[in-house]
Amino acid sequence: MSNLTKEQAEALIAEVLEVYPEKAKKDREKHLAVNDQSIEQSKKCITSNRKSLPGVMTIRGCAYAGSKGVVWGPIKDMIHISHGPVGCGQYSRAGRRNYYVGVTGVNTYGTMNFTSDFQEKDIVFGGDKKLAKLIGEIEGLFPLHKGISVQSECPIGLIGDDIEAVSKKAAVEIDKPVVPVRCEGFRGVSQSLGHHIANDAIRDWVFGRDGKDVKQEFVPSPYDVSIIGDYNIGGDAWSSRILLEEMGLRVVAQWSGDGTLSEIELTPKVKLNLIHCYRSMNYIARHMEEKYNIPWIEYNFFGPTKIAESLRAIAAHFDDKIKAGAEAVIAKYQPMVDAIKAKYNPRLEGKRVMLYVGGLRPRHVIGSYEDLGMEVVGTGYEFGHNDDYDRTIKEMGNATLLYDDVTGFEFEEFVKRVQPDLVGSGIKEKYIFQKMGVPFRQMHSWDYSGPYHGYDGFAIFARDMDMTINNPCWKKLQAPWLKKPEAEVEMAKAA
Amino acid sequence: MALRQCAIYGKGGIGKSTTTQNLVAGLAELGKKVMIVGCDPKADSTRLILHAKAQNSIMQMAADAGSVEDLELEDVMKVGYRDIKCVESGGPEPGVGCAGRGVITAINFLEEEGAYEEDLDFVFYDVLGDVVCGGFAMPIRENKAQEIYIVCSGEMMAMYAANNIAKGIVKYANSGGVRLAGLICNSRNTAREDELIMELARQLGTTMIHFVPRDNVVQRAEIRRMTVIEYEPTAKQAQEYRDLASKIINNKNFVIPTPITMDELEELLMAFGVMEEEDESIVGKTAAEEAIAVAA
Repeated sequence: MSNLTKEQAEALIAEVLEVYPEKAKKDREKHLAVNDQSIEQSKKCITSNRKSLPGVMTIRGCAYAGSKGVVWGPIKDMIHISHGPVGCGQYSRAGRRNYYVGVTGVNTYGTMNFTSDFQEKDIVFGGDKKLAKLIGEIEGLFPLHKGISVQSECPIGLIGDDIEAVSKKAAVEIDKPVVPVRCEGFRGVSQSLGHHIANDAIRDWVFGRDGKDVKQEFVPSPYDVSIIGDYNIGGDAWSSRILLEEMGLRVVAQWSGDGTLSEIELTPKVKLNLIHCYRSMNYIARHMEEKYNIPWIEYNFFGPTKIAESLRAIAAHFDDKIKAGAEAVIAKYQPMVDAIKAKYNPRLEGKRVMLYVGGLRPRHVIGSYEDLGMEVVGTGYEFGHNDDYDRTIKEMGNATLLYDDVTGFEFEEFVKRVQPDLVGSGIKEKYIFQKMGVPFRQMHSWDYSGPYHGYDGFAIFARDMDMTINNPCWKKLQAPWLKKPEAEVEMAKAA
Repeated sequence: MALRQCAIYGKGGIGKSTTTQNLVAGLAELGKKVMIVGCDPKADSTRLILHAKAQNSIMQMAADAGSVEDLELEDVMKVGYRDIKCVESGGPEPGVGCAGRGVITAINFLEEEGAYEEDLDFVFYDVLGDVVCGGFAMPIRENKAQEIYIVCSGEMMAMYAANNIAKGIVKYANSGGVRLAGLICNSRNTAREDELIMELARQLGTTMIHFVPRDNVVQRAEIRRMTVIEYEPTAKQAQEYRDLASKIINNKNFVIPTPITMDELEELLMAFGVMEEEDESIVGKTAAEEAIAVAA
């Protein structure tokens, strides 16, 4: 149970809103809500995917971040050009912990930065020639790459460069896909539009090639599935994939963590698309459903309860062999789950968590906290839409807080008042809350730990939460000179 | 004498570059030290002074050299007729890149290199016809041109453009010191053109500083890549440009313009017979509909 009642939570929101000027207050109050499980549609209580207000310290990214950083970047055997000035590519280089196997610089390129490094003259005279030259140089220096994506930075859209024409021509010349992606950072209100644009680029420029790049003959099986929307942060896709394989399925493709171009191209041949991050890749799943008649389901591999639910839901799309396989997997890992719970639940039981993450985890990790006996008392999305909140209402308890595109001020005030035992959010929030003395975990990068997906991931998740919440450092926050000497305490007792 | 920086604006094709160069030649003849800064990717603002096809522009040379930091002032500045200094900002071909950024980069370069610190009396910016983006407003931002001359004629679109430019000046006049200094009528031989432009100038709160009549000698000189003053100093037209030059030297009438509304402009045009009264009843009617109406 949350320790706030519905009325108290509403009063808290009203109080926090009080500091804003009238116009800002009117806008922000639409993004803050008290959860009520009886509400069917989230649009009745919360607004999302709207432009952030200037000056509020939003935590959002841009369309380029959504395309290059999230969707395209992890495709490891392609080279992703950050087209424009050097900063976007350099400051997003290797920042997202999308693990992959391969020899970097030879057949995989995940942690490298390729950029056209725009200068004044490229702005004034246009960068198309430079882009063509760059593609030629890549082909010469990294001949084992399987294709190129051109990730547009802001100036490309402003000066109207024709990257589509350059890409088409270059694709013929190097006989590999060259994908122009119009993910200029000023487009849309957050990184969310970048995901959509990136999905559309895959649809138009990769699927559009009709598997021309798949060199080996593909022999289909009735158990072919793809993992879509798993970016393999700290190895998440690997600890997910093994469960699907153990139950008898064949994972044809990983989108896009540790993924390859040929996996992407083979995906239209699978029997079922499995969507983990709905927000960033539902678009391509819907497209494959329409065009190739491939059904898709959302699943959740955070924590044993959701894992078991998901394995059964996936198995329901297949024959009895797979259904039996799912049960066998659940049974196989049960002793491990029991051991984890026996060890950590006594240390974590009843602890309260507030989350603020991107577009999936604000709801998907709730189950894994609950499996440890913890409760999520507040959650919110940086760039979720209302279909995300529709799915969140059911996962959260009544009278918990929902905050969309939360501002720096709101988040701090909520934490001060709710006083959770743990805050899970990103690097920009981490040190603020740690300095406030609140235990904190990064829930984008897993704080350089992970994986958190699957049964293996649950073990690591439980350990990490324990070592954060129960870390002795939180008891040492008072400066020694502010402490009463023990003698004084003894004397006070005696007196 | 303190440096005066002037910008010439006006509708595309109205004769800004020709007028600017001829008038600058007139200023030079009167002993003034002048620099022309061409702010148009076509780079044709200095050809009559330099007897050249098109001067190498700052942006082109910067692209060839690597970056604008690799250039020196003497690389980009050419000296022509009567020591008039000439610079072209340059820019991309139509349809690519960002010409506005080219103007910004070029003018910043000139400032950093001290082009304005020399012993100059006048700088003239000859700016692309349509102020399509912020880059082309660069010459009238703070610490740049303080006086704007608008070249126009008695044609409707030229006056429409002049009024729009006046609106742009108001924006920068309120944030900086830029002022409208007058209209230069470059005659197209339309009826009562001088009166019409004087009336427009009055409504904009300024004056028609000079009426430049149409004369074929301008074209004859232009074919030879020369100004009239240099080609045929005794021509009547040469005297017109000298008059314009001395009027600019003595000009003190710098105002924040009072642009007029579209309706006011149309009224003015109708009063002078440039535009006919609109027949509202025919708006949106196809030929077929009109035929039916006539038959009925």
